[in-house]
Amino acid sequence: MRATDVKNPDYFHRVIDCQWACPAHTPVPEYIRRIAQGDYQGAYLINWKSNVFPGILGRTCDRPCEPACRRGRLEEQPVAICRLKRVAADLKDDIAGLLPKAPRDKNGKRVACVGAGPASLTVARDLAAIGYEVVVFDSDSRAGGMMRSQIPKFRLPDEVIDEEVGYALSTGATFVAARRIASLRALIAEGYDAIFVGCGAPHGRDLAIPGRGEAARNVRIGIEWLASVFFGHTHTIGRRVVVLGGGNTAMDCCRSARRLGGEEVKVVVRSGYAEMKASAWEKEDAVHEGVEILNWLVPKAFTHEAGKLTGVTFERVRPVKDEHGRRQLVAAGEPDVQIPCDDVLIAVGQENAFPWIEADLGIKLNRSGYPAIDPTTFASSLPGVFFGGDAAFGPKNIITAVAHGHEAAISIDAFCHGRSLRDRPPPMTNLVSQKMGLHEWSYDHAITLDRRHVVPQVERAAALRNLRTEVELGFSLEQALGEARRCLNCDVQTVFSAPACIECDACVDICPIDCISFVPNAPEDEVRRSLNAPAVNLDQPILVSEPVKSLKVMVKDEDLCLHCGLCADRCPTGAWDMEKYTIEMAQAGHPCRSKQPTIS
Amino acid sequence: MTFQGKPKFRHPSIPTNTLGFTRRDYEGSMSTLCAGCGHDSITAAIVHACFELALPPHRVAKLSGIGCSSKTPTYMLGQSHGFNSVHGRMPSVLTGAYLANRELAYLGVSGDGDTASIGLGQFCHVMRRGVRMVYIVENNGVYGLTKGQFSATADRGSKSKKGARAADEPIDLAALAIQLGATFVARSFSGDKGQLVPLLKAAFGHRGAAFIDVISPCVTFNNHEGSTKSYDYVREHNIAVSALDFITGREPIEIDYAEGAALAVTMHDGATIHLRKLDAEHDFSDRAAALTLLERCRETGEIPTGLLYLDDDVEELHDTLGTTARPLNALTEAELCPGAKALEAINRGLR
Repeated sequence: MRATDVKNPDYFHRVIDCQWACPAHTPVPEYIRRIAQGDYQGAYLINWKSNVFPGILGRTCDRPCEPACRRGRLEEQPVAICRLKRVAADLKDDIAGLLPKAPRDKNGKRVACVGAGPASLTVARDLAAIGYEVVVFDSDSRAGGMMRSQIPKFRLPDEVIDEEVGYALSTGATFVAARRIASLRALIAEGYDAIFVGCGAPHGRDLAIPGRGEAARNVRIGIEWLASVFFGHTHTIGRRVVVLGGGNTAMDCCRSARRLGGEEVKVVVRSGYAEMKASAWEKEDAVHEGVEILNWLVPKAFTHEAGKLTGVTFERVRPVKDEHGRRQLVAAGEPDVQIPCDDVLIAVGQENAFPWIEADLGIKLNRSGYPAIDPTTFASSLPGVFFGGDAAFGPKNIITAVAHGHEAAISIDAFCHGRSLRDRPPPMTNLVSQKMGLHEWSYDHAITLDRRHVVPQVERAAALRNLRTEVELGFSLEQALGEARRCLNCDVQTVFSAPACIECDACVDICPIDCISFVPNAPEDEVRRSLNAPAVNLDQPILVSEPVKSLKVMVKDEDLCLHCGLCADRCPTGAWDMEKYTIEMAQAGHPCRSKQPTIS
Repeated sequence: MTFQGKPKFRHPSIPTNTLGFTRRDYEGSMSTLCAGCGHDSITAAIVHACFELALPPHRVAKLSGIGCSSKTPTYMLGQSHGFNSVHGRMPSVLTGAYLANRELAYLGVSGDGDTASIGLGQFCHVMRRGVRMVYIVENNGVYGLTKGQFSATADRGSKSKKGARAADEPIDLAALAIQLGATFVARSFSGDKGQLVPLLKAAFGHRGAAFIDVISPCVTFNNHEGSTKSYDYVREHNIAVSALDFITGREPIEIDYAEGAALAVTMHDGATIHLRKLDAEHDFSDRAAALTLLERCRETGEIPTGLLYLDDDVEELHDTLGTTARPLNALTEAELCPGAKALEAINRGLR
């Protein structure tokens, strides 16, 4: 094997599992350390720069970081990264004065954003702060998009949305409320230099099965029903409610229904419990609130009597693998199941809808009939029109929308300055030794054995009484500090220098999880097998050194490294060092445009 | 020294031995020796060997004298019996313990100062008596705790860190052990666990006095140019005269040897040493040959490592004394105080 090229920005980035997994690549260990140091403001600003909505995401994020967390491979549970983010938002002081303001001299470019959801607001924040004149349009009277209309208030209070949407717009963008964009052609005619479409995937999928028309009064589309609940148009629901679908929208629907008078609320899903799309914690919360989840049932018909819904008939199915190894559902051959109910909420998915984009504008469509978007530049085929968030590639989540927004803002900036959209600015990286003295490191390298702390919740009866009572109370300071200590500081990298090594084996002997070996060089699969603890997790890189004096190579399996620093602590020659790797993804507007490097 | 304890996390797929212990269960507390000390590698090798042999930790007694090396029993076998004795007097304490209870596995850990200087007499007699034990000298050629003066094993002509030349003739502890009747004598290097771990396992299986001289560089005072016990010097001058695999009776033998290349020695408890001779001339069962090998290498400046001498036909201390097979603490009062008649019989026998 060739020695690992640690100069490649991706190598050490991959070792920081959480940051690598985050669509916006938020520097997670760094902000967790700030929380542990009591610097909530610093922790918040690190988040704000990267993911724009720390308080919102700290309550509602899909948390791709947590399944990736190294701690989850060492014990049962990863660090509660998401809820620590909320701690930073909850405990910070006023930070409004620290946010960037629009420069006095604008650059003369005008950008329109369609929709005021997370993607658009990210574009607006990034571009307004560097001198663009940005206008954000939304059909609602308040900005926030689906964060406001679809996420129940008991998970995300309005004040949090107001605050962070306010911060995003505070860099100088203009919000135009209650203006629905009805024609892209007309918008283009207004003379913007670029247009960003971040209108989400607003169309809830329906179920065309018998009885749908007749029972229409009591059968509602989930996301539309949620919006009408949160905008105060719907106040009650029947005693017995069936929610169809197994995603997070279904979880929001059933939990909202429990608060509006639904006593017997059942979520009925085609798949098994484990395969449901909803996040594990959302399923748990729903079950905790007395919602019943029924699996392997496919809706066949709505039953009704005299124009009133009486229930839903389901066919029982079971999974089988087809010849391609894909899972198929086939009839289980058992009698149908009839579930009587008063109301049904359909939460079986969302779709994009662009009735306002004229077909003859020249925006090429993909196979599914939606605008074809470049996954790197977020450009459509019509120059100057960009897409992001759910509008680009279908429904995902807030953090993905934010990540799209940053990239689209870079593209818009390049487009407006006549640069190629393909030249993506590289991330900023830095690698700094954490050595403070003999056996002293500037990070908390002791490894705690604490198990994951549970976020306290409002007592169940009180939570169900009011639609707007936030269920999660957030960590107390003590719990937050305990949880923060569980972070393994994966951004503090083990950096090895072969020429300094005297092969005393001190690092090999001390490593608590046997991740360091000195072995004869060989092809990667052989090397991986030859280690003291074979490196079987192929998703994780191995660090291979230049040959040491005996011509062996040092191989470190990154998979389970605790970043405890003992290898560097026991190294007599400083061949090992603990160095903090900072990687910040590029955002629109390099401070020095003429010196801005490019990756081709 | 490191202030932080070793995290309790272990590799999820860490192997367990027949007792259900992992290697981590044979560790002790955190070493306070200098970072990179060869002694820590020897500690790790002992931990490996005891784990692989599945020694019940509470059936091991570790004894030491004074010095850097004699601190190391703290860093291994945290669940075993330990005795940190007076400088150079570990052999006497070990002998006493062995007389009292022959059922424990005895590990004597000493250094070149503790053994070759202040404790040389004790060393000689414990070898003569054939006490069943594993006696390890962690040999770095300097007095580390008093800032690096030459010890009695420093080679003549080697240089101290400050440039002084060692003028006295060195003591070769392996040669001395062979002369004095040790029946398992080996030399190894702290930086070569591949060699040291099987040697340790075989030594634990040996039914007599087993001695291993382990060259263990002192990173702080004896790892410079001009030293003959530095990592670089030992690596360059190391010639392995043998390689062995120690196979306990329980494990299946998986290694295939070319015919004639390996010599199988069956130990008293059914375990086997598979010995590969890397030096075709050398006869491991011949005391004179072993001494000749050491003398020849001294002349050429080479460091012969591996098993140097083995005599499995052992008459050990309890055999010669005819002492009780049971530990003293397991004898009942009736056996310990056999009464006036028995005393009378003994007295009669002595008249």
